[in-house]
Amino acid sequence: MDPVVGPVPLPFPMAHGTTTLAFMFQGGVLAAADTRSSCSGLVACPASQKILPIHSHLVGTTSGTSADCALWKRILSRELRLYQLRYGRRLSTRGAAKLLSHMLHPFKGTELCVAATLCGFSGPSLFYVCSDGTRLEGSLFSVGSGSPYAYSILDQGVRWGLTVEEATSIAREAVYRATHRDAYSGNFVDVYHVTSKGWTRRTREDLKEEYYREKEKRRLERETRGTALSG
Amino acid sequence: MLSAQGFGGPGKMKEYHYAGAVEHKFSPYAFNGGTVLAVAGEDFAIVASDTRLSEGYSIHSRDSPKCYKLTDTTVIGCSGFHGDCLTLTKIIDARLKMYKHSNNKTMTSGAIAAMLSTILYSRRFFPYYVYNIIGGLDEEGKGAVYSFDPVGSYQRDTYKAGGSASAMLQPLLDNQIGFKNMEGVQHLPLTQEKAVQLVKDVFISAAERDVYTGDALRVCVITKDGINEQTIPLRKD
Repeated sequence: MDPVVGPVPLPFPMAHGTTTLAFMFQGGVLAAADTRSSCSGLVACPASQKILPIHSHLVGTTSGTSADCALWKRILSRELRLYQLRYGRRLSTRGAAKLLSHMLHPFKGTELCVAATLCGFSGPSLFYVCSDGTRLEGSLFSVGSGSPYAYSILDQGVRWGLTVEEATSIAREAVYRATHRDAYSGNFVDVYHVTSKGWTRRTREDLKEEYYREKEKRRLERETRGTALSG
Repeated sequence: MLSAQGFGGPGKMKEYHYAGAVEHKFSPYAFNGGTVLAVAGEDFAIVASDTRLSEGYSIHSRDSPKCYKLTDTTVIGCSGFHGDCLTLTKIIDARLKMYKHSNNKTMTSGAIAAMLSTILYSRRFFPYYVYNIIGGLDEEGKGAVYSFDPVGSYQRDTYKAGGSASAMLQPLLDNQIGFKNMEGVQHLPLTQEKAVQLVKDVFISAAERDVYTGDALRVCVITKDGINEQTIPLRKD
């Protein structure tokens, strides 16, 4: 009997679809992501975590297949810890990106799907790594099905001189607009801020509330415009 | 010689039948149906499953529950392809024994969940076609539910439905246990009696609308005093 050769056709869909973004500014690196995990039409999980801390000064955003991202981030954490124990110093963000890229290389051509941005604070601190082999350094990245919508907000507002509040506000807004237009993004938004002291996490925010606040604001604007015109 | 493909008989439109060679690829998977549900309370956890084992239009068995006891405080529910469910539970049992022998203690629910994630991912390119949900008590005695996808992605939840009727049950649980999309409702904590009643009602509804769910319901209630099992009949059609 011949052994099963080649990829086996799967009887179930994998989890995909997301909006994640990360950018550098004077206050460090900001990473934001939605929390919807979809499985070809069904929301498998409305409250998943797409930004995973790797160690105290490095977080990674994940996009692609949930299982691949979760497990490979875990493997990366283990390898970085081993490096620290062997060589007595922490590997830089650039080194971590190269390590992840080289670990994923043997799986190029398989159905593995990992598209991560590593946000750290040791030297140039934002890298994009993808399972097809891409490894890029940059100051602004957005990944996922909702990224075109996020890019439009980010390109308009991100500058080096932003304060932490302004940067958080832009990141939240970008994810919010992307979730509004992209069916595969939604539910909540997570924001992580990485500085020289480590990463901090903002409380998870329900975007449904934001949508209702905006609807209320538009309604009030229409009313005042209506009274102004008629008055 | 009359070929079976050419022989149409009187009035048969044989010119529209496909008469060439057809390749049927062997699929190593089958779908055996079934639904699993788990709910975590303050000091209890419930894992429930129906007991129907089906394939295509047939029912193989009306008494094949999908809850498997792992330890005194953990139960796993597996639905999907029954062959992979059996193998996976055998592997988990073996790993539990190995852990017990090397570490001289029983695995906690969280540890079992983390281990299952790596077991599932080790078969990333020929996955176990199983939707798993683990229900149990964590180290502090609080209820815990861990839900998985077939390749090992997992997280801790308060409640989760998996299997063929999961898309029908999950929104109902979001509303009744998570109080989602309701306004002006008091968020009362879930008592054990209310949770068991809810699980029974929810499965009765699932059996109405999902053909692969029915026959009987097996409910396992996990508390610090042990695991209590009950079987409730469901529709047999």
